[in-house]
Order: sequence, then structure tokens, then C-alpha cells
Amino acid sequence: MNIPGDLKYTEGHEWIRVEGKIAFIGITDHAQHELGDIVYVELPEVDTEIDSKEEATNIESVKAAAPVYSPVSGNIVKINEELEDNSELINSDAYGSYIFAVEMSDASELDGLMDAAAYKEFLEKE
Amino acid sequence: MSNKLIFELSSDGRTGYRFPDLDVPAAPLEESVSTSLLRNSKPELPEVSEVDIIRHYTSLAKRNFGVDAGFYPLGSCTMKYNPKINEDVGGFSGFTSIHPLQSEESVQGYLEMLYETIKSLSEITGMKWGTLQPYAGAHGEFTGMKLFKSYFKKKGDKKRTKILVPTSAHGTNPASARISGFQVEEITADERGLVSIENLKEHLSDEVAGIMLTNPNTLGLFEKDIIEIARLVHEAGGLLYYDGANMNAIMGKVRPGDMGFDVIHLNLHKTMSTPHGGGGPGAGPVFVSDRLIDFLPAPDVGKDGDRYYFDYDKPHTMGRVSGFYGNMAVLVRAYTYIITMGSDGLQKASEYAVLNANYLKEKLKTTYHLYYDTVCMHEFVLSAKKMKEEFGISALDIAKGLLDYGVHPPTIYFPLIVPEAMMIEPTETESKETLDSFVDAMLEIYKTAKENPEILHEAPLNTAVRRVDEVLAAKHPILKWKPE
Repeated sequence: MNIPGDLKYTEGHEWIRVEGKIAFIGITDHAQHELGDIVYVELPEVDTEIDSKEEATNIESVKAAAPVYSPVSGNIVKINEELEDNSELINSDAYGSYIFAVEMSDASELDGLMDAAAYKEFLEKE
Repeated sequence: MSNKLIFELSSDGRTGYRFPDLDVPAAPLEESVSTSLLRNSKPELPEVSEVDIIRHYTSLAKRNFGVDAGFYPLGSCTMKYNPKINEDVGGFSGFTSIHPLQSEESVQGYLEMLYETIKSLSEITGMKWGTLQPYAGAHGEFTGMKLFKSYFKKKGDKKRTKILVPTSAHGTNPASARISGFQVEEITADERGLVSIENLKEHLSDEVAGIMLTNPNTLGLFEKDIIEIARLVHEAGGLLYYDGANMNAIMGKVRPGDMGFDVIHLNLHKTMSTPHGGGGPGAGPVFVSDRLIDFLPAPDVGKDGDRYYFDYDKPHTMGRVSGFYGNMAVLVRAYTYIITMGSDGLQKASEYAVLNANYLKEKLKTTYHLYYDTVCMHEFVLSAKKMKEEFGISALDIAKGLLDYGVHPPTIYFPLIVPEAMMIEPTETESKETLDSFVDAMLEIYKTAKENPEILHEAPLNTAVRRVDEVLAAKHPILKWKPE
């Protein structure tokens, strides 16, 4: 199972890459594998305020539609527009395909997230 | 069999009709219709002979699969046999030849049928009264959510913006709450596969308008704590919505009204044996408790002595949800089913539906992985997770494999809480022989998965259309035929 060591993780199978005050958010390799072929990514709007654990967007695969929650509070400053026409990028490169980025208003929210080892353990239990 | 579209069979000038000679003087079209409204080019309609058209549609009809053709164990969406007496009654000219704008005096029989249908369904569900207006289950859910809104609006309570939806609820519930302007919060299931009371308590607040529940839930399990759930939600000032998708499990046994629900919709095309699929026409009537009766859509159907009428005198109504009054042809069929079955018959239907599901569950659970091993209601959920790990065979492969046995596959990948889910609902009309042949097919598929998995990756092998490319279909659908 592909779980990069430099990222944070949620129980909802989102990954978070922190660059200064910006948190880039995507779904894990496990999540893309479970969803199967992803056919549509609904991108959130830039410059919207979002709370942690609030639903940010939805991903549709041939099997299901799955919500993606924001693990942190703040302002959505960037979205990955490439996914609009190439949703399959999440299947081929889950960690290279962020969905949206949030300028965090409270970086301490990151403390509640799992590191790679904890996420690996979480997956094994699930 | 030809795979051509009717348009591709077209040949210039070929016809399957002959007009009779005119018995009135011919007049140019331009004299009666403004030229701005007339088209300049001829419509692109297929030009075929009568025999071409008959063969074309007969060939398509032969490829159709429905309950009349074979076993159809689709979970979450009761696909039960539709008794043909429903069609007889539905075809009575007193129903088929009337017009919605006729005077009430001239359609008393029709109004009586509506009134009696509301009365029967109110009794079956244990609710006070209802409306037959909604055209489908999701429309019923929308109506129910708007009833919630009307209730809180009249109370002047503006804080309640959230709807709680358990992970084991019916798939349309979150969408219905959302489109009605609510925020959706998910309630988790506990290790029993039932609503987690602890999680529910954490979510309840003065911002919660209510909860949407399916009981039995989409795992086919009865929510045993429903009385406690109803008490907690009502104490927090919220309302309870019952999704009637799984009503087929409980008719004559237990009533949503007695469980404490405030609104319920029924899917007549599921539980009450009206035609199902093809996008409709459906019927999703809604029934309510005392709390919400004033807000029901107008018109209501009333009775005054021997006279039936549409009652528009509803000062607090949420408004209309149907241009006239629902899908009347569907309602007649449901009413026919209710009165031909009677209360004993409906109760038996639920008993057999539950018995058949448990029979299949017990026969399959030693081979396939049963996620929640307990007595089920009218459906149960198997998981292909282990088969995927061991043989590389997914729920999708198994579903496709079933097509080669002449069986409609169960619902797959739902509910989402079970990985590689297969949701099986046999319904009450199936004989032991039919159930046994389904078990045989499933066991053979397991054997194939173990010994020759590549066959299942290719399945179906014997259908008119082999395995479709779902990604291509989702991303690049061809929605319109164009001449080359």
C-alpha cells in the first residue's frame, strides 16, 4: 500500500500536504483503489470559506459518489483544474493530484490528523 | 440480431402507411399557421416499412429483461411481480377516458379510488393522512423535507438547518435533504450495522430539523432502537422521516406511525406492485403524523357524506407538488393490489419476502461472506471483499457472471459501508425452485472464480451486449444519433 511518509491523513482517506500556511488536499491511494475508475471530480469554488470536517466537494466513480471533507478550516485558495477533464489522474497518481488547497486559519487542527504510520495501522484495522 | 438503430434502417421514400383520400378541400399550411412557425427542412424521421418496424421493436423487446422474464433480486429497490389484474383494472375506461379538468361530479369513482387509497395506505403505515401527489420516491422525499420546513416556519424556528442521515439510509436521502436546502450530517452505524445511538446523541442539537431513516435499513436489518431514536429526536425538537423503500419487509407487522415517525413516503412501484423502471411513471405518496397534517399539499381529497371532492381549503398547506393529482394510472394499480391482497395478503407478502431472503442468506453465507450475520428482513448484503483478495473477482464480476445464468444481478457497491457489497432481495413471489436455482448459479460462479477467474473477467459471454466500458459511458456518453 502506497502511503508517503511526508503527508498527513484522515479517517475519511484524505491526504494533506502542508506548504507554509497552505494545505493541499487529495484522496489516498487506498481511497482511489476502493472507488475504482473515477469519472468526475466536482471542484469547489476558489475563495470560499470552509470549516474543518465540512464537505468540500464530491468525487464520482463508476461505483459510487463520495464526499471529500476539508480536514482544516480556512479559505479555499486553489483548485486543481486539470482534474476537470482528466479525473483519471487521481487513479494513476493519487498523491500527485491534489483536489483543492486551503489557506489554514488554525494550523493546530493539523495535530489531530494521522501520520503515515498511524494511517497504515488504521487501514489494517479497517 | 441487428444492432442497427431505427434511423439506420431508414431508406428514402419507404413507408409503412397509406393515407386515405382527402374528403375535405386541400388547403396550404401557410394559410392556417404563421410561416415563422413552420420548419424549412423536413424532419429527420426514419422511413421504414411496417415489417421493418415490427421486427426492429420485437428484436429489442426480446432483449429486455424484467420480472416477467426472470428472477430479479435487486436489493434496495423491491422489484416484485406485478399481478396482471392490476392492468385489467388500470385499463377500465372509467379511469383511462377521463380528463383532469372534468367536473368532480362526473369523476366520483376516480375520487373515491383516491380517497380509499389514501385511507388504506394511512392505515398500513399508521399515519394520520396523506397525499398521493408525488410522482416518485425522491419526489416524496422532497415533499417530506418541505413539510419539515413548513412546520418549523410556522413555529418561527429558523435555526434548524441540518438533517441527519445514517450511513445505512437509502441512497437518495442525502440528496433530497440537500436539494430542499438542508445541510446533511452523517450518522455512523455501530458494530451491529444499526444506527449508533451514541453518534446520534452527539449530533442532536437545536439546529437539527430531523433525521431520515429507512427501517429496515439498507443492510436489511431492523433498527431495534427505533423507539429510543424517535424519543431522542423528538426531545431535541426534531422530526423523523421514514423512507418507505423497505416497506415490503414490514406490512401488517409494524407501522412507521407507531415507531414515532412524522412523515413517510411509500414507493408504490416497489411495495404496491405497480410497474417499475424505465424512469417511471412512479408514485411516491407521502403520509404524515398529527404534527404535520395541516401542511400537506393542496388539494387534498375529501369526503362529505357520499360525495368526494378536491379540498383546496388548506390555509397552512406547503403548496402543490403535482400539476393535477399525481400519476393516477399508477395509483389505480396500487389500489387494485391493496384490495385484491387484503390485510392478510399484504401481511403474508411481507412474511414470504423475509422468509425468502433468510433462505437465500443461509444457503449462501457459508460460501460468500455475510457482513452482518444475523436474521435479516427482506434483503441482505454479501461482500465479495475476500473473493477480490483471493481470486481477483469483484462484486462487479459476479454481477456480470449472473447475467449468463439469466438472472438480473443484485444491487452492487451499495450500501457504501460494506466493501464489494452485493445487496440481494428475492421478494415474496419466488418459489423455492427459483431460489434454489439462484443459489446454484451463485455457487457455480464461486467455483469459476476459484478455478477459472479469467472467465468471470470476460462475463457476460452470452448476452446481446457484452461487458460495457463504464468509464467511457460515464465520461463520453453518446446521447444523440447523428447521420454520418
